[in-house]
Amino acid sequence: MTTALSTPENRTAVPAHTGSRFSRVLGAVVALGLGLVAVLGLLISPADEVQGDAARIMYVHVPSAIVAYLAFGVTALGSALYLWRRSDFWDATAAASAEIGVVFTSLTLVTGMLWGKPTWGTYWEWDPRLTTTALLLILFLGYLAVRGIAAERKVRARRSAIAGLVAFVDVPLVHYSVDWWRSLHQKATITRLSPTISGIMLFTLMSGIFVFIGLYLWLLIHRFRVQYLEDELAEGGLAEAIAERRREAGVAV
Amino acid sequence: MDDAAFVIGAYLAVSVGLGAYVVRLLTRGRKLSRQVPEGRRRWM
Repeated sequence: MTTALSTPENRTAVPAHTGSRFSRVLGAVVALGLGLVAVLGLLISPADEVQGDAARIMYVHVPSAIVAYLAFGVTALGSALYLWRRSDFWDATAAASAEIGVVFTSLTLVTGMLWGKPTWGTYWEWDPRLTTTALLLILFLGYLAVRGIAAERKVRARRSAIAGLVAFVDVPLVHYSVDWWRSLHQKATITRLSPTISGIMLFTLMSGIFVFIGLYLWLLIHRFRVQYLEDELAEGGLAEAIAERRREAGVAV
Repeated sequence: MDDAAFVIGAYLAVSVGLGAYVVRLLTRGRKLSRQVPEGRRRWM
């Protein structure tokens, strides 16, 4: 990261938004990719022999779930690195990724429910995979709530890092729940050496996963910058409040 | 298409959900960027 000095010469070079040339290019590629995945998933990929057209939901459901795992993995990594290095960068990264993870976990649950009704005959079942996924959403909503508690920046970052690491424990439980317990949910489709789908269906699913990971990176760039701005504003506000108190008390600032 | 309502519903949920989050994120970024002095927007 470089520091842009505020001088009359470069003032116009610092736009009032969170975009950059790289994020714009990535955003354009991801937008095209999302369109391609929609065309492949809805029009080109064939219906499944067993599940029929409902299997098309897989092309948005599985990538959403994988990105949720990835996002919470980055939160856990950022949390661990914060506790080790005490760097605000890792705290902001963990916070940004957690919010994105919550969005994708919500989408995973919604698309899973819409897939469950035509295949299982019900939107919801207290099945190990569904229950642990709902718990994951609640845990990371809790993480975001911990971040929202007013506290000094370092205290908030330490609390949040511990909460992020604790919440992440549920991720392997979600993933292996279909293997460890009897579950209505199907087992993994592509995480084995021999995937259970092939051809255009596998290509569509893999395209969806790569495009959603690209979307996650794009969102992470913007969300990280929003977090950075929020922290800068909070710190500026705190410094101003301390200066005002000092002025009131007659102490030289 | 069989189960079209569920399939279209799932794609719509993802599109609307992600679209709303993207708009909120970019709007939030613009609003905050205007409040933070230029010299402290360090990622450029």
